[in-house]
Amino acid sequence: MRTRSMVEWAFSLPCRLPWRHRKPSILFVLLAVLFSSACRQDMHDQPKYIPLRPSGFFPDHRSERPLVEGAVARGNLDDDDAFYAGKGPDGKPVDTFPFPVTKDVILRGQSRFNIYCAPCHDRVGNGAGMIVRRGYRHPPSYHIDRLRTVPNGYIYDVITNGFGAMPDYAAQIQPADRWAIVAYVRALQLSQNATMKDVPPGQEIPTPQLLSPSGGRK
Amino acid sequence: MSQIFHHSSNTLARITIFGAVFILAFTAWVAEEFFRGAWSTRASQIREQPVPFSHAHHVGGLGLDCRYCHTTVETSSFANIPPTKTCMNCHSQIWSTSPTLEPVRASFRTGNSIQWTRVNDLPDFVYFNHSIHINKGVGCETCHGRVDRMSLTWQENNLQMDWCINCHRHPDQYVRPREAVTTMGYHPAGDQEAIGRRLVQEYHIQDPRVLTSCSTCHR
Ligand code: HEC
Ligand code: HEC
Ligand code: HEC
Ligand code: HEC
Ligand code: HEC
Ligand code: HEC
Repeated sequence: MRTRSMVEWAFSLPCRLPWRHRKPSILFVLLAVLFSSACRQDMHDQPKYIPLRPSGFFPDHRSERPLVEGAVARGNLDDDDAFYAGKGPDGKPVDTFPFPVTKDVILRGQSRFNIYCAPCHDRVGNGAGMIVRRGYRHPPSYHIDRLRTVPNGYIYDVITNGFGAMPDYAAQIQPADRWAIVAYVRALQLSQNATMKDVPPGQEIPTPQLLSPSGGRK
Repeated sequence: MSQIFHHSSNTLARITIFGAVFILAFTAWVAEEFFRGAWSTRASQIREQPVPFSHAHHVGGLGLDCRYCHTTVETSSFANIPPTKTCMNCHSQIWSTSPTLEPVRASFRTGNSIQWTRVNDLPDFVYFNHSIHINKGVGCETCHGRVDRMSLTWQENNLQMDWCINCHRHPDQYVRPREAVTTMGYHPAGDQEAIGRRLVQEYHIQDPRVLTSCSTCHR
C-alpha cells in the first residue's frame, strides 16, 4: 500500500504545484491532461458526515451521536404496550395480535423468520439450525406442548428481550415484523400438528417431498 | 546544390505523422485502462480488516442471509455494517475464546467501535441508494459479485459512471424477482429477456430517460 500512495502522490503533483512553477510547455500540458484525473480530492471527499464516517471531534470517533438519556424523538414514545411490549395492562403477555393477521403478514413473517430465526431454530422450528450444529446451545423445538400453548405476547417478548441463552433481536427486527414472525411461528406450529381433519374436503394432497436435514436450504 | 534530405524522408515524415496519431491513441488507451482499471479503481483488491471477517464462512458456509447483518439495506440508502452486538449473538458461545475474535470481544466489553476498512466507496458527489435497487429487484450479486465466496471482501465492479448508466439504460437485462435479491448464484428460471421485461413492467421501473438523467445521481 505504501508504493501505491507514493505513486498517487506523484501523479497528483500537477494538481498541487503553485501556478508560477507551471511552465506551459507541451510536455506539461500533456502530463497535466494525463494525470489530472488523479486529482481525486476535494469533491470526492467532502467535509461532511455520511453514515459511519468517523469524526475527529468526539473522543469515541463516532459522527452519529447517541441520544441524550431520557430523550424521546417525536413519534417514538412507544406507549402502546400491547404493540411494543406484547403486554396487557395487567403486565401479562397478551394472547391477541395488535393487527389483523392476513396472508401477507404470514408471508412477511416467513421471510423474516428465515432470515433471523432459522439459523438456530431451523426452517421448521425444530431447533436444529446450522449454528446449533456448529455448537450453539440447542433451543427447544417449537412443537413441544409448552410452547404451543404460550400466549402470542410471550413469543414477542422472547424476540424483544431474548431468553436465557438466546440473544435479543430488538435491534435487528422492527416491532411490526416481530409480530409477523409470531404469526408465522403459530403457522409453523399448526403445520407440524395438523391432522387429516384439518384438510378441507376436496383439497388435493400433494405427495410429500423429502427435505434435507436442514429443512431444504442446502 | 544537392538535396539536404534524402528522398526516403518523405516516407519517414508520413510515417511519423501517421505514427503520432497511433502514439497518442495508444497513450490515451493506456491512460484509460489505467484510470478505469483495477489498480486505480481498487476493484478486485482485498482490503485488510481489523478482524478477518469472512463472508465465505458466514454466507457460503452457514447460509446466513445478507439482511441478518446488513439490516437496513431494504429500507435505507445505506446498507449498515453490523454493530458488534450482532457478532456477539453467536460469538458469545461460538469460538468464544478464539484469539482472532479478541477485537470483537474487546469492542463489546469497552463499547468502542470496530474500525472496519471501507471497501466500496463512491465519490461524495454521487447519490446512491440501496433500498430502491433492492425493492426493484436488483440483486446484491449483480453489483457486489459472489460475496459468498469472498474470504476477505473486495469491490467487484469498478463503480464508474458508465457502469451505473449501462444498467440504467437496460434494467431488464439485470432485474430478478424481489424474493431472490440476496440469492447468490442466481439463475433466472427461464429466459432473462422475457422475465426482465415482465418485471420492469410489474415493478414500474422508470423510463431509461429518467434513470440516465444527470440529476438522478448528481443531486
Ligand atoms: C443464535 C441462535 C438463535 C437465534 C438466531 C434465535 N434463537 Fe430462539 N432460542 C435460542 C436458544 C439457544 C434458545 C433456548 C434458550 C434457553 O433455554 O436458554 C431459544 C429459545 C427460543 C424460544 C423458547 C423460549 C422458551 O420459553 O423456552 C422461542 C419462542 C424462540 N427462541 C423464538 C425465536 C425467534 C422468534 C427467533 C427469531 C427472531 C429466534 N428465536 C432466534 C437461540 C436462537
Ligand atoms: C455475519 C454478518 C454478515 C452477513 C451475513 C453478511 N455480511 Fe456483508 N459485511 C459484514 C461485515 C462485518 C462487513 C465489514 C467488513 C468487510 O468489509 O469485510 C461486511 C461488508 C460487506 C460489504 C463491503 C462494505 C464496504 O465497506 O463497502 C459488502 C458489499 C457486503 N458486506 C455484502 C454482503 C452481502 C451481499 C451479503 C449476503 C450475501 C452479506 N454481506 C452478508 C457482515 C456480514
Ligand atoms: C449467526 C451466527 C454468527 C454471527 C452473527 C457471526 N458469526 Fe462469525 N462465525 C460463526 C460460526 C458458526 C463460525 C465458525 C465457522 C465454521 O465453523 O465454519 C464463525 C467464525 C468466525 C471467524 C473465524 C474464527 C477463527 O478463529 O477462525 C471470525 C473471524 C468471525 N466468525 C467473525 C465474525 C464477526 C466479525 C461477526 C460480526 C460481524 C460474526 N462473526 C458474526 C457464526 C456467526
Ligand atoms: C445497484 C448496485 C448495488 C446493489 C444491487 C447493491 N449494492 Fe451495496 N453498494 C453499492 C455501491 C455503489 C456501494 C458504495 C456506496 C457509497 O460509497 O456510497 C455499496 C455499498 C455497500 C455497503 C457498504 C455500506 C454502504 O452502504 O455504503 C454494503 C454493506 C453493501 N453495499 C451491501 C449490499 C447488500 C447486502 C446488497 C443486497 C441486499 C447490496 N449491497 C446491493 C452498489 C450496490
Ligand atoms: C444492475 C442494474 C443497476 C446498476 C448497476 C445501478 N442501478 Fe441504479 N437503479 C436501477 C434500477 C432498476 C432502479 C429503479 C428505477 C425505478 O425506480 O424506476 C435504479 C434507481 C436508481 C436511483 C433512484 C432513481 C430515482 O430517482 O428514483 C438512483 C439514485 C440510482 N439508481 C443510482 C445508481 C448509481 C449511482 C449507480 C452506480 C454506482 C447505480 N444506480 C447502478 C438499476 C441499477
Ligand atoms: C446512474 C448514475 C449517474 C448518472 C445518471 C450520471 N452520473 Fe455522472 N457519475 C456517476 C458516478 C458513479 C460517478 C463517479 C465515478 C468515479 O468513481 O469517478 C460520476 C462522475 C461524474 C463526473 C466526474 C468524473 C470524474 O472523474 O471526476 C462528472 C463530471 C459527471 N459524472 C457528469 C455527469 C453528467 C453530465 C451526467 C448527465 C449526462 C451524469 N454525470 C449522469 C453516476 C452517474
